[in-house]
Parts: sequence; structure tokens; C-alpha cells
Amino acid sequence: MKDAVHDGRVALAPRAALNRRMPLIPRESVAGRALAAVIAIMTFLACLTAGGALLLAQASQGWRSDVLREVTIQVKSDAGDDVESLVAKVVSIAAQTRGVKHVRAYSAAESGKLLQPWLGDGLDLSLLPIPRILVVDMEGASEEDVAGLRAALARSTPQAILSDRRIWAARIGTMASAVVALAGATFALMIAAMAIAIGFATRGAVAANREIIEVLHFVGASDGFIAREFETHFRNVGFRGALIGGSSAMAFFLAAATLSRWLMDSAGGAQIAALFGAFALGPTGYAALIVIGAVITVLTGLVSRAIVFRHLRGLQ
Amino acid sequence: MLSFENVGLRYGMGPEVVSDLNFSIAPQSFQFVTGPSGAGKTTLLRLMLLSLRPTRGTIHIFGHDAAALSKDQVTALRRRIGVVFQDFRLLDHLTTYENVALPLRAMGRPESDYRAEVIELLRWVGLGDRANASPVVLSGGEKQRAAIARALIVRPELLLADEPTGNVDPGLARRLLRLFIELHRLGTAVIIATHDLPLMDQFSFARRLVVGNGKVVTFDGVST
Repeated sequence: MKDAVHDGRVALAPRAALNRRMPLIPRESVAGRALAAVIAIMTFLACLTAGGALLLAQASQGWRSDVLREVTIQVKSDAGDDVESLVAKVVSIAAQTRGVKHVRAYSAAESGKLLQPWLGDGLDLSLLPIPRILVVDMEGASEEDVAGLRAALARSTPQAILSDRRIWAARIGTMASAVVALAGATFALMIAAMAIAIGFATRGAVAANREIIEVLHFVGASDGFIAREFETHFRNVGFRGALIGGSSAMAFFLAAATLSRWLMDSAGGAQIAALFGAFALGPTGYAALIVIGAVITVLTGLVSRAIVFRHLRGLQ
Repeated sequence: MLSFENVGLRYGMGPEVVSDLNFSIAPQSFQFVTGPSGAGKTTLLRLMLLSLRPTRGTIHIFGHDAAALSKDQVTALRRRIGVVFQDFRLLDHLTTYENVALPLRAMGRPESDYRAEVIELLRWVGLGDRANASPVVLSGGEKQRAAIARALIVRPELLLADEPTGNVDPGLARRLLRLFIELHRLGTAVIIATHDLPLMDQFSFARRLVVGNGKVVTFDGVST
């Protein structure tokens, strides 16, 4: 409090109260709030897109793994063949083949039942040459194991036709990759749109703060210093927007995961769970959303800095 | 320190607003630039501050040809020049303390490094109790002193002041001029644009550059 009185006048306020580091670019403006809102919405949508793509990629991995772990064998009998002994033979060969976890042979009635959706009830299926179906669970999705089983069947029981689902798995993979690529493109477009919005806002801020820039130049501020001040200002705006948008997206995924758990028993819930899993992004997914928010914050600062720097360099 | 050779300036295809300026300012001199309103005093100061580039002629400042300076060099030179604007140009969203400290902050010096210096200068110009005040609530005289303090904080080698006493009463005007004289004694070249003849008469040691119709009419008592 040594500075309290000077020349009979009340002097400086206590040191702690001295306001001495206000941002050089005024913090609050309508343009700043509007930009924060735009960034919040864009971040929310970008996080939804990225999170959705992650969920779909995880789900597609699960589907492919499930599909590839199961193969089907059809046993077609010719006239005079003992179907039951053929089926027993195939079960025995399959059970002894490397990589096979479990074999289940559908009975004639069960095989016939599979046709019910197409042929209806009350038909005597014994008159039809319906192949018998065996479902084989593999230990993994190894192509070698499936090829071994196919070769073993071809050698000993030509009536048995093995059908793996690699074509389906490949199609699922292609579809999932296409959706993920589409999500990536959408994400990139959102980032580009956001960068353009930041550009407009920065140019507006430069025009609105022209007098401040002029004074800063006159007192010896370099273009780099002024650009850094704008970068700090816009990084803060970007942080506010990214925080709101990113938090909202996280809240959305958490709420969706909770809702999905509640509705798991319903038919609709099961369908959604089949498509997206249980909306369980997991720690990696949530970390990805945080990274997106951080990248958007940094990007906001860097884009505005580059624009301001270029503008200042263009001034005489 | 500063010399003009056949300097002229026009905006676009218009007529020259200043023309045939020939004079030089010695280091550690005290100079009034005077003339009627609209004669070109402010334009002349802006040319000296390198905020305008002449359309013809040569300006040498601190031994450099102004036309050959890069932007970074202009920035470096401006750090050796203090400037007081006629309309003060204080930043309203900053406090008086922050406004005065602005040139040091722009140089990248840490706040803790210059704090005592700024407070001392604020006291010296009689604004010790207004450090936290926004320029919006300062009186005309206080704004003037804050603008002067901002110009002096870097201990400039050259001080340019545009009508620094235009908004204050005669008593405060004399006090402010004494401030400039004090600075001049410490080695700074001072150039003050004013049309206040009685005020200039009180400082007979100062040289006078009289501007009229965009030309130098007399320089140090000699007609040009």
C-alpha cells in the first residue's frame, strides 16, 4: 500500500486490483457470440458424424466376424442314399477338422421348417428333395480352416456342399467402408465450412477493429504480434464453441447408450442394437471426440491468424 | 535524424496535398510545425511517422531511406518514435494503465518487467489515481496526458505530437509543454504540430516550420 497516496491525491489501487492484461481484441461482440454458436453446432455435427462412423465401423467388424465364424453345409441326397448316415458322416468329418468348434445338424423337420416362410404350412415336405442343413461354428474366421473343411468334404462326401459367407462379409465390409468414407467426406466438408465461417468472422473482426490495428501499428506492434492477438481471441471463441458442441455430442452418445440399454428387449431396440451395437463409443471413441474439439479449437485460432497475417501484409 | 527532399503526396489522381517539402530535423531538436487548419500539418506528421508513403521525393529517417524499408524495418523504427494523436486514439476497452503500457506490450516485454515503469510515468503525468479507469470516463485533459504517457513510455528518440494542447485549458497546456521540454532535455527530438501561436511564443528556443497550402512557407525563420 506504499502507493496509496501521492502528491496529496489518492493514488493507485492495491496491486492485486490493477487490471493489466485485458485482451487487445475486445472479448465480447455479437460476431464473436454468433461464431461461437456456429462452431458449437458444427462441432456437434462433426462429433455425431465421427461417432456414428466409429460405431458403424465397430459394428461392421462385429458383423463380419460373426458371419465368417459360421459356415453352412448342405447335404443333397440322390435316390437310394441313406441321408441320415450321410449327415452323420459329414458331422464326423467336420468335427475332426481343424478349427471347427461345434457342428449342429438340422433334422429333416427343422430343415423343412426353414422353407415355411416361402411354402406355407400344411405342405407334405417329404415329397420334396429338401437338402439337410448343418451349421458349423468355426473357432476363428480363418480362411485356411474353411478351405481344409471344404477339401475334406469334397474327398469323402461329394454330396455335401459347403457354403461360407465370405461374399456377404466382403459386401458388408465394402458397405461399411463406403459409409465410413462418406462420413469422413461429410466431416471434411463440415470442417471446411467451419473454416470458411471463421474466415468471414475474422475478416469482420479485422474490419471492426481497424482502429485498434492502426494504433497497434503506430505503437510499434509487428504484424505477427497483431495476428497472435487475433489468434488468441478466436482460439478462445473456438474453445467455447467446441466445448459446447463437443459436450453436447458426448451427452447425446451417453443418452443414446442408456436409452439403447433400456430398449434392448424391444424389437426396435434390438434392430438398432444390431446396426450400431449398444451405442457404446468406449473410451477411445470419447477420446476421439475430445481430440475433434481440440483440433477445432486450434484450427479456429490458426485460420484466423493466417487470415489476419495475410491481411496485414497486404496493407501499405 | 529526419529529412525530406522534394517530398510530395497525392491521393489517387487528385492534386498534391503536400508538395516540395524540403527540410531536415536534427537530433535532440525541439520543433513546432504550425500553419492554419488544413494546411497539411497532420499529413506532414503522418509522413514522418511512415504511415503515409510519399508519391514523390525522398524521406530519410534515422539514416534509412523510408522508401526502401521493409514492413519489419518500419515496425522497428516506429519503436523509436513516440506519437500523440490529435484525437488521442486510446483504446476504450483497455484501462489507462494498459493503454500507456501498450507499446511495451507490443514489444513483447513481460508485464512484470514494465509495471513499475508505467506506474511511475502515470504518476509523473498526474494520472496515478486513474490507472484502472477506462478512457471513456477520463476528461479531455486526462486523455491527453494518457496519450502523451503512451508516447513517452518507450523513451523515444523522436516524439511527434499533433495538437497536443488542443483540448486543454491554457494552464494545462503549459504544463504539458513543460513535459515535452523535460523530455527534450533528456535527449529526445520533439516535433509538435500546433496552431496555438501564443503558446509557441512562450518557447522562443524552439524552431518553427510553417506550413501553408501543403508547402513549407518558412523553416526556422527563413522563407522557402
